[in-house]
Amino acid sequence: MAVCIAVIAKENYPLYIRSIPAEHELKFHYTVHTSLDVVDEKVSAMGKALVDQRELYLGLLYPTEDYKVYGYVTNSKVKFVMVVDSSNTALRDNEIRSMFRKLHNSYTDVMCNPFYNPGDRIHSRAFDNMVTSMMVQGC
Amino acid sequence: MALKNDSEIRYSNPVEFHGMKCQIPYVTMEKNSFKRVDDGEKQDTMSPTMSPISSPPSSPSNYQRVPLTYGYGKLRSGMDQIHAAPYEARQLALQQEGPTSGSHGPKPTRRQTSLIRSLSVEREPQESNSNYPDDPWRITEEQREYYINQFKSLQPDLSSFISGSLAKNFFTKSKLTIPELSYIWELSDVDCDGALTLPEFCAAFHLIVARKNGYPLPESLPQTLQPDYLQSAFLKPKRDCALFDSYSESMSVNQQPRDLNRIEKTSLKEKVDLTAPAQDVNIDDKPALKISSMDEAMPKDVSVDTAAKPGLLPPPPALPPRPFVSQVLHHNTSNDSVSQPKPPGQLPSYSDFRLLEQTDQVSEIELHPQLTRTPSQTEESGSPVKKDLPPSKPIRRKLRPENQIMENQEPPSSVSGPSTVPIVKPHAPVQKQSSKQKKAIQTAIRKNKEANAVLARLNSELQQQLKEVHQERIALENQLEQLRPVTVL
Repeated sequence: MAVCIAVIAKENYPLYIRSIPAEHELKFHYTVHTSLDVVDEKVSAMGKALVDQRELYLGLLYPTEDYKVYGYVTNSKVKFVMVVDSSNTALRDNEIRSMFRKLHNSYTDVMCNPFYNPGDRIHSRAFDNMVTSMMVQGC
Repeated sequence: MALKNDSEIRYSNPVEFHGMKCQIPYVTMEKNSFKRVDDGEKQDTMSPTMSPISSPPSSPSNYQRVPLTYGYGKLRSGMDQIHAAPYEARQLALQQEGPTSGSHGPKPTRRQTSLIRSLSVEREPQESNSNYPDDPWRITEEQREYYINQFKSLQPDLSSFISGSLAKNFFTKSKLTIPELSYIWELSDVDCDGALTLPEFCAAFHLIVARKNGYPLPESLPQTLQPDYLQSAFLKPKRDCALFDSYSESMSVNQQPRDLNRIEKTSLKEKVDLTAPAQDVNIDDKPALKISSMDEAMPKDVSVDTAAKPGLLPPPPALPPRPFVSQVLHHNTSNDSVSQPKPPGQLPSYSDFRLLEQTDQVSEIELHPQLTRTPSQTEESGSPVKKDLPPSKPIRRKLRPENQIMENQEPPSSVSGPSTVPIVKPHAPVQKQSSKQKKAIQTAIRKNKEANAVLARLNSELQQQLKEVHQERIALENQLEQLRPVTVL
């Protein structure tokens, strides 16, 4: 069950960030921000030529006692960061991957909307609904 | 412009405004309730919730109405309370709400509304695939044709797509906010490919028109706007009419001929009959047109009523030659499309904002009885949509006085029997005028089309230039990125 999902633009500012429960929102914001360094580290470690799905999924960025942070980067350097609760029986890696894939698909749908300017915050209701479903069910 | 007038009308009258205010929340709530109603469930549950909120007593009853029409009804009901009875009657009729009319009670029109109510009840179960006469999310034939023409103006191949950028520019002219347009796109582009097919385009256009007319956007794409539904609908253009007749047999069948007669005859009909329920009948005739027209009609009606059928506009030249059309129009708002056969009430709304951006006056003036003016105006406006706009817009404006007439007609028509007699007389002169106007309109349309073609070409050239500039920009940005130090990711 994801507790926080964030979409970070290439310039490292958030395009979309949402977390539950609300009282830990600030903590998750901070977590996501610090995880960006790890993302950059992993991305720079890979060669620039690597483009397949495996490279898009960065895996576990770092675990804490309460939660784990997973990362995913797209070809346009847009990053998805997901924070999951450690107490939930560890979601399998495949599940995390599928969640990221869904995120990526929804993000692509948002991009397809000609009224969306790349770089704007994401206000799409379809995207919100998808994220909500992921957070509630952990898909 | 029609939209402006509508808004002006709406807000100029404080009483109305309040009524509208009360209504609007209802509308949204109603929409939700509508969805349920569509499902045929919980109608009753909705009404109790609505009642406290809705100022007009009819609102709960409206709730039970079929979806969207319900929203219309609410607005109407609120308006009704504020305005004269005839106005109410008309609106009630439009909404085909039995209960709403019942709530208003005293009016004789209620009887008819009760009839409608029964029909509506029947309809609701049939709703799933049938046409709600009042369903604002249903595209009528006129609207569909209009949308298809617009599609052609952007993309000649009807089976191909309209690209995202092209559609964006087109819809931006509607003057809706970008977030709303973004949401409308999200609703209508079901395959999320960044391009619109013809049904997707029609759905998007329809949503924009509805939004312009004040309808809140739905949470999800209504079933009647789904691309597969529209695709099948395109194959059966007459479906609405057929379905309409089928389920509204008691009402519609009788009413339609009556309405037809009514429209033809009652154009000049006395205003006295306004109280007549006729409205109900009208609703049955043309369900989908309501959207824009209804909204427009409402404020217009209000203003019209309040102004005592004023000469806000020059007296309507003539009833449209097609009684069918007039009925529909008359439905919508009894303002707009009445005079014009083609544009449904909704078209004018869209065209209104198109016109607004370009030449507000064009459409209005054009269809005025003085057709001569239209050609000059059309050239001035030169908007690609013009050809459709002028007919629709002027129709609307002019329709006000006509609407009044129509309104008058409606109440009487519903009564039908006695009212028809006096109606016959004005019919003949009206027809002559309408034929003259038709010719003038056609010439105006031709000229507008030419102007539109020129402007469309210009537009496409500018678009290409814009694309090239974009590409250059992208190339420059790429170069910039490459030049940046590697550490910056």
